[in-house]
Amino acid sequence: MLIQKPADIPSSEITPRSGYDWYLSRRRFLRGVAATGAAALGAERIAEIVSPPIGAHAGTKLQTVKSPLSTTGEDLTTLDDITHYNNFYEFGTSKTDPAKNANGLPTRPWNVKISGKVKTPKTFDIDTLLKLRPLEDRVYRHRCVEAWSMVIPWVGYSLSELIKQCDPLPSAKYVQFLSYYQPKVEKWASESTINWPYSEGLRMDEAMHPLTLLAFGLYGEVLPNQDGAPVRITVPWKYGFKSAKSLVEIRFTDKQPPTTWNDLAPNEYGFYSNVNPTVDHPRWSQKSERRIGLPFYAQRKTTLMFNGYGEQVAGLYKGMDLTRNF
Amino acid sequence: MKKSTLITLKTLTWLACLGPMLLLVYQAVTNTLGPDPTANIELTTGYDTLLLLILSLAITPIRKLVPKLGWLIKFRRLLGLFAFFYGTVHMLTYVALYSNFSVQAMLDDIAKRKFITIGAITWLLLLPLAATSTTWAIRKLGGKNWNRLHMLVYVAAICGIIHYWWQVKPGVLAPLNMTISLAILLAARPVLAWWQGRRKAPAN
Repeated sequence: MLIQKPADIPSSEITPRSGYDWYLSRRRFLRGVAATGAAALGAERIAEIVSPPIGAHAGTKLQTVKSPLSTTGEDLTTLDDITHYNNFYEFGTSKTDPAKNANGLPTRPWNVKISGKVKTPKTFDIDTLLKLRPLEDRVYRHRCVEAWSMVIPWVGYSLSELIKQCDPLPSAKYVQFLSYYQPKVEKWASESTINWPYSEGLRMDEAMHPLTLLAFGLYGEVLPNQDGAPVRITVPWKYGFKSAKSLVEIRFTDKQPPTTWNDLAPNEYGFYSNVNPTVDHPRWSQKSERRIGLPFYAQRKTTLMFNGYGEQVAGLYKGMDLTRNF
Repeated sequence: MKKSTLITLKTLTWLACLGPMLLLVYQAVTNTLGPDPTANIELTTGYDTLLLLILSLAITPIRKLVPKLGWLIKFRRLLGLFAFFYGTVHMLTYVALYSNFSVQAMLDDIAKRKFITIGAITWLLLLPLAATSTTWAIRKLGGKNWNRLHMLVYVAAICGIIHYWWQVKPGVLAPLNMTISLAILLAARPVLAWWQGRRKAPAN
């Protein structure tokens, strides 16, 4: 009589990617049927009109181009691990919760509000955002403040491309990112005492840096909900929590915006939170990290300054004391 | 209770207590410990330590409340020793997989990080309890001294819960269930003593 039941399904048996099609909604199924019918009639154009390739659901292929900013020479973390080991506290505080609970996130229709210090506030529809610039495949190392790391093939374009379209005023010194929050959808948000919605922020020059990615997908496909669908930020040289998920608002501000974890524990999570092996987290060392997906004896890796992106980003912090501004 | 029933129950308890460890070993061999094996081992063994400590602390109040279940005392040592066993695996996982056997890194951690400091204290508190768990040690110490020494289990359990709170992120409420359970079990002792005192006192 073993009390603990064995793991539901060994991760090796979960079909990657193609399996996602089974989550599809009835509407998309019907659209698919309609599209198949139309194609059968030999009218591919009609299929395009009936079922435009909007890429609304996880698992939908995205058209992408290669990127010179992609990190090379690292083994990618599997899609299975990237989608089943998430910190997304609106859907529960356990790493396995978001994969179970985030399917209720309504990713269509979806708007992202541009507000604050801009010439004219406006709203972008997610499909407009998807078409704004060519989507690039960008592999980045991802280092969590909890001392684990992944290597993730994101899909997106530099946030700077969007910012250029927002006409920020000269007084805009910071960019704040606000995540989706609906307690009816995210019933698990009360598992922590966080003051929702999730808020993050960057200094303007950090936000304009080409490495700062507006991400719509991973592994060449639309973002699964638990990874921050339909659109999120990815800042590869900072701890993962700086990269806000499921964005509904981008606000330009003249003052440093309040950010969720910094508000909750300023001694543990700084506003900058650049990956820095020489500045310990109060509760653990940041000198090394555990690479996700490797056997327990092979996980330990040395953490690199700025997560290995120092050559590109160290200039942003010239003259700053990074021990004080951690 | 019949001897055969006792043996069956003890065997089942052994299997239940060994279960999580056997599962971890099986998962380690088959490489199915999940995305973050190191954290999985550390969190599972830490959780099981506290769970077994709480279960062992539940036995005395249950016996007082339901005198029929007096035989539960025969399982307390087993649960306590398994708590120490998981606590030791937990501690060794930290030594091997977190500090990579570096004494310097460990001393650094103990000096700087209070959740590790109190975790180490918890293990050190459990050590003499495990060491004096044999019938021989009980006889050698004498019941009174042994009981006094084993009061340390309360301190250890409280330290273990504090260790859990200090380890999770601020605002995360995961340790709440265990904290409430322990609080109830600790409060039950004086409450039950008072209640039994009243029952024994002659009615006016």
